[in-house]
Amino acid sequence: MSKLNSKIPEGPLETKWTKYKSTVPLVNPANKRSIEVIVVGSGLAGASAAASLAELGYKVKCFCFQDSPRRAHSIAAQGGINAAKNYQNDGDSVFRLFYDTVKGGDYRAREANVYRLADVSANIIDQCVAQGVPFAREYGGYLSNRSFGGTQVQRTFYAAGQTGQQLLLGAYSALERQVGLGTVKMYSRHEMLEIVMIDGKARGIIARDLISGKLERHFGHAVLLCTGGYGNVFFLSTNAMGSNVTAAWKAHKQGAFFGNPCFTQIHPTCIPVSGDHQSKLTLMSESLRNDGRIWVPKQKDDKRKANEIPEEERDYYLERRYPAFGNLVPRDVASRAAKERCDAGYGVGTSKMAVYLDYAAAIERYGNVQANKLNLHNPSKEKIIELGKEVVKEKYGNLFDMYAKITGENPYETPMRIYPAVHYTMGGLWVDYELMTTVPGLYALGEANFSDHGANRLGASALMQGLADGYFVIPYTIGSYLSQDIRTKAIPTDHEAFVSAEKKVQDQLDRLMNIKGTKSVDHFHKKLGKIMWDKCGMARNEQGLKEAVAEIRTLREEFWNDVRIPGLQNEFNLELEKAGRVADFLELGELMCMDALNRKESCGGHFREESQTEDGEAKRDDDNFAYVAAWENKGNNNWELHKEELNFEIVHPSQRSYK
Amino acid sequence: MEHKNLNLTLKIWRQKNSKEAGNFVSYKVSDISADMSFLEMIDVLNEHLINAGDEPVAFDHDCREGICGMCSMYINGRAHGPWQGTTTCQLHMRAFNDGETITIEPWRAKGFPVIKDLTVDRTAFDRIIASGGFVSVNTGNAKDANNIPVPKDDADKAFAAAACIGCGACVAACKNASAMLFVSAKVSQLALLPQGQIERETRVLNMVSQMDAEGFGSCTNTGACEAECPKEISIENIARLNREYFMANLKKKDYL
Ligand SMILES: Cc1cc2nc3c(=O)[nH]c(=O)nc-3n(C[C@H](O)[C@H](O)[C@H](O)COP(=O)(O)OP(=O)(O)OC[C@H]3O[C@@H](n4cnc5c(N)ncnc54)[C@H](O)[C@@H]3O)c2cc1C
Ligand code: SF4
Ligand code: FES
Repeated sequence: MSKLNSKIPEGPLETKWTKYKSTVPLVNPANKRSIEVIVVGSGLAGASAAASLAELGYKVKCFCFQDSPRRAHSIAAQGGINAAKNYQNDGDSVFRLFYDTVKGGDYRAREANVYRLADVSANIIDQCVAQGVPFAREYGGYLSNRSFGGTQVQRTFYAAGQTGQQLLLGAYSALERQVGLGTVKMYSRHEMLEIVMIDGKARGIIARDLISGKLERHFGHAVLLCTGGYGNVFFLSTNAMGSNVTAAWKAHKQGAFFGNPCFTQIHPTCIPVSGDHQSKLTLMSESLRNDGRIWVPKQKDDKRKANEIPEEERDYYLERRYPAFGNLVPRDVASRAAKERCDAGYGVGTSKMAVYLDYAAAIERYGNVQANKLNLHNPSKEKIIELGKEVVKEKYGNLFDMYAKITGENPYETPMRIYPAVHYTMGGLWVDYELMTTVPGLYALGEANFSDHGANRLGASALMQGLADGYFVIPYTIGSYLSQDIRTKAIPTDHEAFVSAEKKVQDQLDRLMNIKGTKSVDHFHKKLGKIMWDKCGMARNEQGLKEAVAEIRTLREEFWNDVRIPGLQNEFNLELEKAGRVADFLELGELMCMDALNRKESCGGHFREESQTEDGEAKRDDDNFAYVAAWENKGNNNWELHKEELNFEIVHPSQRSYK
Repeated sequence: MEHKNLNLTLKIWRQKNSKEAGNFVSYKVSDISADMSFLEMIDVLNEHLINAGDEPVAFDHDCREGICGMCSMYINGRAHGPWQGTTTCQLHMRAFNDGETITIEPWRAKGFPVIKDLTVDRTAFDRIIASGGFVSVNTGNAKDANNIPVPKDDADKAFAAAACIGCGACVAACKNASAMLFVSAKVSQLALLPQGQIERETRVLNMVSQMDAEGFGSCTNTGACEAECPKEISIENIARLNREYFMANLKKKDYL
């Protein structure tokens, strides 16, 4: 018997969630006041969950490692958030959003979860607008939408290129309101380092106060991990520098299964690496693909400047290969196509590992529209370009500015250079329909769970999922567990389980500090990143993955013998923080490779070179791999695989085609 | 692209913790690529320091894309350094010349005590938001989003104010260490939108009172904040805040 019970409610897809909500046991208001919930993370998932649970009356403690909850990595999301509002009257619906998400995820997500996500998506927009989130609007005062990579309807809501910031500030304001009311206690500059288990249930955490370096014990009737994704296992990614897997990994070692760890999203439009000093990569929002055209020269190793290459000598390879979707093919497809061109020698820029993203045509098109709007007759070409640039500036100004600052080039005049980079992790802690991990009382929300995106996430769907989980799912589903727990009194933190959990953390910190080796933490992180990118990145094969496993093991040994962490443990010590995170990445990396080895098919972002069609597209193997791979930690870097079979009742898997 | 490499002297504020006094220490870095970001240059220094058995310079940073508001260096006497409308993390080394000496300090303000080296405590900003920087709407209360149309012009102005990243450069740049630009940005965003009307008066009164309680100085309209703000938040917001505050006080008297 499988250890996995996904707890999908019975009944037709469209009514599962409604029925669940109306039958889930409730916790009465008086009892809520004595129930404590720990929320680790203050991004979209964490802030929305903490605020909503506090509004319901629970006592909440919320943790983040940044100096303020407002700085969680969600702040950096640029492009937008999807919702099935159908404000544009272009045929969108809950079903269509559901369908697109299951298909976009290459049929590796759970239908029931995805349907619920699509179902609550509209409420998210309502909630955010009520909070004062300044989404883009049309002249009539109504909300504006755009289409976003991989979809044919305009269902993406946005706030210029700062959608994540505005949504997070909305959730943060709701959170701070509760902090002001005393219902949430906020612990910023705190890092969770262990889950405390009592009688098989998650009952609290050990956190380190990052300023004093002291360890703290915190009790909770339930613990929610909203700790984001683990893309930084690659060292270079678009994630914030501090994004890490530590919280999820500690939970994994306490019994929470890890779902589909190898499912990584490589985003097609990032600013290319400029040298060895590179510390992170910057995303150029996918929304740029709506208007920009991607191309490389038709001639190999073309040394001419972009503007000197005439139209007929440019290869708009996405439009060529995928006429139906063109530049809007899903991310995994666009990324692989860029890699293919660069590997074949058509790349541009000094490194030759880049392709052009060109706005010239869009500027002209917008200029013409604007000239018509302004009733200009026979405007000059210069005037059109000028007007077009204004429109583009309004839509994408902050992204263009960012590009200019980083590269020193003016993207209004010359095409931008872009290349794929690690961006998002679809894998994460396995959760059931209620968002509970395999550890009772331990939940995972947002990017930290293995989520609703299957093997590939569609653009603008992570923000949607994080907020769905926090605002509209967990407030209901947590009742199912807590209603059984109302008699449990707060457990004093001198309980043996807290003492031993704290000791375990202390021992690991001591061990790290005492290595006193010769190489910095970054040295090891960069090495790990290179192994992962080369062998478990955009394309993977059996031999490479096996090599990667061996290399990671060796590197891990070296780390534990030779890392140097200056300073002391009981003080503000950034190197020590990093060391703990890299130590966990060094274990996760191995599991990712094992998972990638196990999954002999290609699907979504996971491309096994052994499994491709004649024209180089990913080839899924539904007969053998239509399951979620959930890995159980057996200690000492051993894992056991459990499979959650995926049953598609509504959307029947077909080969994805964007041609 | 032109490529140049720089040799620089860095004069950096080192301070062990909030209790001990700090001082400037000079370091040399060489062969710094002009394509590096400012923080990548500090990464290089730190790697050297670690390899030499010294303690790296502690500084705040996270997104490195100019949006989280975490980075906070006072560079050559300017909050976030020489480039207009740019955070420290987005500043690139092509802004500097070979052989230059660069002075790097933390934000200095009573409201922002130093934690270590270039890291300061900005939790005062969170407390100001907690005092009123929100719309009191519980999850689930909301009606259909398009039932609240907002004139585009108001929406755009609200958005421009909402772009504040809470970095605190405005405070650091101000000789009075005033937090008016930060507070006015949030007050303006919500005062401009229909959603913010109901709590309009209490919000501004509470936020200003919390700002004062945190020890931030008063505003004397020097405009240094606007000049250094990486998100170019307009000083017009301060004028709006003053009007809002004045009106709210008038109304408060009416109630009495
Ligand atoms: C550059 C960029 C652009 C993006 N753009 C879009 C977009 O346009 N649309 C879209 O839908 N998605 C986008 N995404 C993806 C999306 O932003 C993320 O998936 C999402 O914001 C994750 O939210 P989260 O709440 O799960 O986690 P995060 O926002 O990453 O928050 C994690 C939280 O956990 C805390 N934390 C982590 N570990 C610990 C620990 N051990 N102890 C204490 N606290 C801890 C952190 O402090 C933080 O508060 C983008 C991602 C990137 C990188
Ligand atoms: S107003 Fe500007 S300088 Fe002040 S906190 Fe906001 S973004 Fe930073
Ligand atoms: S590090 Fe985020 S704004 Fe600079």
